[in-house]
Amino acid sequence: MSRPRSESEYLAHLIPPSVAAAGLSRRGFLKGTLSAGAAVSLSSLLAACGGGDGGGGSASQEVTFGSNQSDAVPKKAYADMLAASGLTVKVNTVDHEGFQENINNYLQGNPDDVFTWFAGYRMRFFAAQGLVGDLSDVWGGLSGFSEAFKQASTGDDGKQYFVPLTIYPWAIFYRKSVWEEKGYQPPKTLDELVTLAKQMQKDGLVPIAFADKDGWPAMGTFDQLNLRINGYQFHVDLMAGKQAWDSPQVKKVFDTWRGLLPYHQKDALGRDWQEAAQSLLKKESGMYLLGMFVGQQFPKGKEQDDLDFFAFPEIDPAIGTGAIEAPIDGFMMRAKPKNEEGAKQLLKYLGTAKAENIALKADPTVIGASSEADTASYTTLQKKAVEFIGSAESIAQFLDRDTRPDFAATVMLPGIQSFLKNPNDVDGLTKSLESQKKSIFTS
Amino acid sequence: MSDLPTVPTAPAEAAAPRRRGGRVRVTGTDRIFLALMVIIPTVMVVGWVWLPAIASVVLSFARWSGVGGLDTIQWIGTENYKNVFTNYPPFAPALRHNVIWLVFLFVLPTLFGIFLAVLLDRELRGTRFYQTAFFLPVVLSLALIGFIWQLIYSRDQGLLNAVLGTQVDWYGDSRVNLWAVLVAAGWKHAGYIMLLYLAGLKGVDPSLREAATVDGAGQVRTFFSVVLPVMRPINIIVIVVTVIESLRAFDIVWVINKGTNGLELISTLVTANVVGEASRIGFGSALATIMLVISLVFITIFLSTVMRGERR
Repeated sequence: MSRPRSESEYLAHLIPPSVAAAGLSRRGFLKGTLSAGAAVSLSSLLAACGGGDGGGGSASQEVTFGSNQSDAVPKKAYADMLAASGLTVKVNTVDHEGFQENINNYLQGNPDDVFTWFAGYRMRFFAAQGLVGDLSDVWGGLSGFSEAFKQASTGDDGKQYFVPLTIYPWAIFYRKSVWEEKGYQPPKTLDELVTLAKQMQKDGLVPIAFADKDGWPAMGTFDQLNLRINGYQFHVDLMAGKQAWDSPQVKKVFDTWRGLLPYHQKDALGRDWQEAAQSLLKKESGMYLLGMFVGQQFPKGKEQDDLDFFAFPEIDPAIGTGAIEAPIDGFMMRAKPKNEEGAKQLLKYLGTAKAENIALKADPTVIGASSEADTASYTTLQKKAVEFIGSAESIAQFLDRDTRPDFAATVMLPGIQSFLKNPNDVDGLTKSLESQKKSIFTS
Repeated sequence: MSDLPTVPTAPAEAAAPRRRGGRVRVTGTDRIFLALMVIIPTVMVVGWVWLPAIASVVLSFARWSGVGGLDTIQWIGTENYKNVFTNYPPFAPALRHNVIWLVFLFVLPTLFGIFLAVLLDRELRGTRFYQTAFFLPVVLSLALIGFIWQLIYSRDQGLLNAVLGTQVDWYGDSRVNLWAVLVAAGWKHAGYIMLLYLAGLKGVDPSLREAATVDGAGQVRTFFSVVLPVMRPINIIVIVVTVIESLRAFDIVWVINKGTNGLELISTLVTANVVGEASRIGFGSALATIMLVISLVFITIFLSTVMRGERR
């Protein structure tokens, strides 16, 4: 089995130096803008060429595009981005979760030429099954992606199957204005986090906003604790089924979590993340552990600028805080697309800074994957995310992106929910998780 | 059974004096017509009901990710069933919830729907209005029903908590959410039963009631001794509809939280395992087969009751 090996390898190297290099220095800005400009002219040239050789008909022919960006803001960003490709693109938008759930049927039926997906276990699985097209020659024409992103786009057979667009971090988010007013400081250790949470309770705030009605947001909390307590490599092995779920390491994660539950917003299982984000927006809660998309619930401008974040604090000094979670979103191509030339041309365009810049304009809660993306227009939050991801030692994707989807959906999702309902039976829970894992990972 | 179904090709008067088992003249066109009448429904039932059902049963003994050809199927015997019963924590609650669902629908919404029908049948003022009001939930789309009840049940912004001044997490607390959902489902079910029953009541010959009144029976006695027995076919339909509704209960729960956290039903587990990204086809098929067996028990009981009744 080469899968776990390559997973650990690619994830271990997943520090985009581009992102690190971009930093906040003036030189970084200049470089970014310059290369962005170059990319723009290059891609417009490409587009012009495509339009020119109408004889081949690839560019004038329609390319179909399956999009999971069903929310109003990103949907418009994608429409703008695709409109600027110079190709005739027919977009088929499906509700975000529905798209993900039906991906098997979608890919085995009649999928669109190009469609949205994300890096991780599932991308490599589809590649191994021959359901998606080889994009190695597209990658040959791409510039601006670091080796780490190329690795993240590579299947088990060493070919590329994925073109990254954006990346966003998971961290603890808070409102600067509230923290300044109350004099809070970002905690560096778990003890400091608990002290801060107690202070917040005294000040009449819910310390940590929390929601898990849909079952996946709490996986983020599990991942953060696991990365801090057991480290990155353990996360990778656990997700690959190589570590036991009833091990003392996993029990410690749940035990630590139980200690923090009194500071979490109550009745999380009846709340969706949008509602929890609203409580942060309304200054009813002090912080929220979520992906940077939490910013989508904050009105643009003053409110969004008020949002800041810090890395989940250190729990074990030997492990540190070097490991973070930052999922990558991007595109894949179906196997044997109807308009292969057009699809590849579109993907080549989607891998340019020009495409990223348009997509980023509408959604300031992600950052571009390409080092050539224009960082000058980034918000303070985005700039901080660039720095945060750039300085990470290792980057995980997310529980349900790093492991088998059947295990994530039918075992971990109800498992974590039952932990939140009854946090006291960690032994029983971990034993059940392990025995279910064995029944699934045998195939 | 006779070799050919008896078809009233001749006028009713002519058919009436004929003895049972008598011959009916069948022309060539009739034969073709009859053959088509038999073949088309058979093909449809076999193709769309029996083949998928049998495929589910067969697949329940396999392990298959649903991706790739049929040659990637691994046969693993009864392991899926073993896992369902011993190694799948959501299964036991799901089974329990289906039973609760059935009992609840019978005891409250069905009886309430019948009660409403009887009241509305008495031509109160504004009967039409009430009829429409009670039937409205049946017409509404499920997404809308989910939305309406979300407004009522939301923990932080909901109507119910605002009125009662409580902080109950109606959808999230697994001790209450099943009952909260049952109220929502019952709201819909009562209207449905009401309409069915009302239609039946309208068909009851008024002279029967008059006769009962003349004989000195009161309102209650008339209903239980005269109307109810006459309504037997409708009663059976109501029972069948209720059983079916509770076995296929799925959508409202799926809209709320995909059937997790206290709202597990066998149907949602099947969907989560087969239709979703998970693709545990074999495991999901085992769940579906269990559901099929449970349904068969009810169908057998129902059919045997009906047939016994008809023979009488």
